[in-house]
Amino acid sequence: MDLTNDDVRDILRLLDGQPYQELELETARFRLSLRRTGNGWTQSTEILTAPHVLPGSADPADLAVTGPAASSPGQSAELPPADSGLTDVRAPLLGTFYRAPRPGAPPFVEVGSAVTPDTVVCIIETMKLMNSVTAGAAGTIAQILAENAQFADQGTVLMRIQPE
Amino acid sequence: MILRRILIANRGEIAVRILRTCQQLGIETVLAVTDPDRDSLAARLADGVVFIGPPLNYLSVDAIVAAALSAGAQAVHPGYGFLSENAQLARACDKAGVIFIGATAEQLEAAGDKVAAREHAVAAGLPVLPGGEIADPMRSGGVAAEIGFPVLIKATAGGGGRGLRVVSDPAALAGAISVAMAEAGAAFGDPRVYLERYVRSGRHVEVQLLGDGERVIHLGDRDCSVQRRYQKLIEEAPAPFLDQGLRQRVHRAAVTFGEHLRYRGLGTVEFLVDRDVGDFFFLEMNARIQVEHPVTEAVTGLDLVAEQIWVAEGNALRLSQDDITLSGHAIECRVNAEDWTDSFRPSPGTVIAATFPSGSGFRVDSHLQPGCSVPPFYDSLLAKLIGIGRDRAEALARVRQAVTACEIRGVATTLGLHAAVLASDEFAAGGVDTRFLQGFLDRIGSEAGSLG
Repeated sequence: MDLTNDDVRDILRLLDGQPYQELELETARFRLSLRRTGNGWTQSTEILTAPHVLPGSADPADLAVTGPAASSPGQSAELPPADSGLTDVRAPLLGTFYRAPRPGAPPFVEVGSAVTPDTVVCIIETMKLMNSVTAGAAGTIAQILAENAQFADQGTVLMRIQPE
Repeated sequence: MILRRILIANRGEIAVRILRTCQQLGIETVLAVTDPDRDSLAARLADGVVFIGPPLNYLSVDAIVAAALSAGAQAVHPGYGFLSENAQLARACDKAGVIFIGATAEQLEAAGDKVAAREHAVAAGLPVLPGGEIADPMRSGGVAAEIGFPVLIKATAGGGGRGLRVVSDPAALAGAISVAMAEAGAAFGDPRVYLERYVRSGRHVEVQLLGDGERVIHLGDRDCSVQRRYQKLIEEAPAPFLDQGLRQRVHRAAVTFGEHLRYRGLGTVEFLVDRDVGDFFFLEMNARIQVEHPVTEAVTGLDLVAEQIWVAEGNALRLSQDDITLSGHAIECRVNAEDWTDSFRPSPGTVIAATFPSGSGFRVDSHLQPGCSVPPFYDSLLAKLIGIGRDRAEALARVRQAVTACEIRGVATTLGLHAAVLASDEFAAGGVDTRFLQGFLDRIGSEAGSLG
């Protein structure tokens, strides 16, 4: 049986009439810390119980390679060496890389597209927010390194531009 | 049928929320978890977990149905977001002999398609914003005259507030439509636009419905006008300063819409209330439990998840409209993992500390605990802080106290913004419109700028 909100309420009711400022409680299953503040209490709880994985649950190792966003984020090993003179377009934050504004729409750019520093070249979606990524340099798209709908770490090189 | 084992096909705070009710009802819980959520609080609290693989598989109908079957669950609770309003999941569950805890597939389709929902609203006699599609800019005058100026030009394929344009002067209309069509064509690949009545100052007011497929009742209203880019930040129940006659008409309209659909389960009908003329218009229906449901629970004393399960078990509603009594006031702040001082930049990471207010007058719904991770794949909601009081002033004092007492370390949060909004005179007065927050942000931004 886990710690419930009702349990905490009961404990607080006991503590309210007592001269204590804080309570730390630790069992094999949870850690609870209660502190008196100006006119109430604050609570920090940590449930320690390990998840109970049901038999027949798919092996995560099998599943991990099937989905669209399952690529390993670190791609440095397979990254082609930077050709001299090319400018990198990097992921400004970690998220999912999209080449088009929405599914089915044409990509923002292709290899060979001319860009200015303000040209939007792709989207990085993080926590349901779409972040436009601009080219940052004027020139021509020389390489597109990331794959559409794949996860990219912050700083991952997504594309390379041949500057003017 | 009495449900004994439920698969929860969701994550975060709502998974924890659903688990709590199931535990109280003595229902076994199995949680579907993706790889990044394997050590989540919900996974630790559930009676069992089933791995469903990569991060986005909460969106996979096949993965969810397979998980339900392998877990021997009799029902699936979809929570909100993800597949909660997905008719395919409802049908797939039906086919697999598993109960989908939600509306019927037909109702999900009726509510989920904006055009279909609007047609249903018109058929049910609800007021909708007057509007119409424009094929030819030169022949738009008649439509606009019927709607009345100012009008709003909207891109048919647009969304999220993009491609909007307000026209007050009839002489400028044709030109503005031509420009809007060209822009829409470039931005969305679809030049179609339509005209709609422009509501200068609108409030977002919604009504909580509960139905069993025959009978529909309402559980009062909520005000969710504090929004940024159509994302709600603060919600409260009841909606403050709503004229009593208007409030009753809004409630009746929502119930009429639910009855028209013969609605089953928990749902919300959203309205835009025009502050200038005191009119209201149907916006859309959400056929699922909503993030802001705790404020309704606080003022009705009901457990909405328990009512969802009751209806899913095939029972008729156990409440009549007369059983619903509303008392007190509740205000909820959605704390997100975003740096609100840096364009609301998302802030995934590892939580080092998570301390929340405790005791009577507070409710906190959260999945955070020290050491947990906030993955970048999902929405940024960290916690909902709810202040509950006998009246709005007391609820406001409590939620202010809750925001002050809350401490989350390891990721950036919107706590500071909540504190600022709750301290503002406008919010304290009550009844702000949907443009309030953007204006507030602009003001404090320029103040900060002038200080720097």
